[in-house]
Amino acid sequence: MEADALHDLTAAYALNALDAEDAGRYEAHLARCQRCQSELAELSESASALAYAADAPRPSPELRSRILEQARSERPNVVPLRPRWLRPVIAAAAVAACAAIGLGLWASSLSGKLDRTEADLARQQRVAQILAQPGSHKIAFSRGTLVVGADGKGALLLNQLAEPGSGRTYEAWVADGGAPQPAGLFSGGTTVAVPLDQPVRAGATVLVTEEKAGGTEAPSRAPFLIVRNTAQS
Amino acid sequence: MSETPRLMTRTFAHLSDEAVVAMLARSDESALAELYDRFGRVAYGLALRILRDERLAEDAVQEGFLAAWRNADRFIPERGKASTWLLTLVHRRAVDLVRREDRRRAEPLTDGVDAPSSGSAEDDAWLRFERERVQSALKQLPDQQREALELAYYGGFTQSELAERLGEPVGTIKSRMFTGLARLRELLADPRPGEAAWKPTPYTT
Repeated sequence: MEADALHDLTAAYALNALDAEDAGRYEAHLARCQRCQSELAELSESASALAYAADAPRPSPELRSRILEQARSERPNVVPLRPRWLRPVIAAAAVAACAAIGLGLWASSLSGKLDRTEADLARQQRVAQILAQPGSHKIAFSRGTLVVGADGKGALLLNQLAEPGSGRTYEAWVADGGAPQPAGLFSGGTTVAVPLDQPVRAGATVLVTEEKAGGTEAPSRAPFLIVRNTAQS
Repeated sequence: MSETPRLMTRTFAHLSDEAVVAMLARSDESALAELYDRFGRVAYGLALRILRDERLAEDAVQEGFLAAWRNADRFIPERGKASTWLLTLVHRRAVDLVRREDRRRAEPLTDGVDAPSSGSAEDDAWLRFERERVQSALKQLPDQQREALELAYYGGFTQSELAERLGEPVGTIKSRMFTGLARLRELLADPRPGEAAWKPTPYTT
């Protein structure tokens, strides 16, 4: 289909009035066409306004609980936002397996490599201590694992993390009911072990942002990784 | 729903819809509850208008909200409002269902009676205001444009089905839909004098 013909499908797409084949073609075009993206934003807004013209009786009160229950049963531990991973995010089905492999890879590199700086070694020892604690809790996500010891000390293990931009660093944060607190700076690598400078209590959230070198006192941009400690305390 | 107490939901009260969707992207269940409390009723009204069946309409709403739950990280604020995104998801589920069940009808829009009001007065006032505003904008469209929008959006007909049904070339249907939506946008953005200042401001002391 010609580009012009695809542009012309914007209104029908906004109204969900294309058959599956045309909708697929339009979506492929949309990903590359700025003009269609902004036109679609406008036309979709008009289309969805039509929802308000319908009468709005109340659904049964059970609908709300059904939706929330279903959502809870599907809840993942983590959702990476704007990830900077070296490879595209993998399918959810492979998440657990991948994290387990990552953990193993990292553990073997810990014992095998001697060419690390002392700071690196100290960090890895801190992480190893947390890993070694009986009852430590592991929360796997698509590119790594959050490990939390019984004493509340935590560490992030990340796989295949691209280096931050030039003059920039990654910064970990722990948010526990209040503003996120700085919890350590780190860079990328095949396997990255990040001991966290803040305790990670049950229910607390670990975030990672990219910041200017040296780090900041408060996140200056949206985190690309958010992991909640889902352990029961 | 003892695990999502009102207190938790209320902490979102000051957040924009877009911020609530950002919380949703972090798998925050209370953000989903908040989103449902904001849009569940409109979404259900829309699904019921399309499907004409309470059970199917609830299914469409449920699937739409769960699609939002699963895909919140794909919401791009620069490409539109959160409410548009969410209602589009629900609409798509409802249209899929109506096509599958082949329940499509094409009755005019203004056939409903007001549902008995059971919500808060403020809630009802807002919904009624929006309904009247959009209905009045729709009435100002030329008949053929309104017909194309209503058959597509509420009827679930594709553009090709509409062309066949109305005995017009597909190009004509496309252009009616486009012009209708564009005109609707102008009408909705442009309140008549005297209406501009009205906003349902909650009074809290």
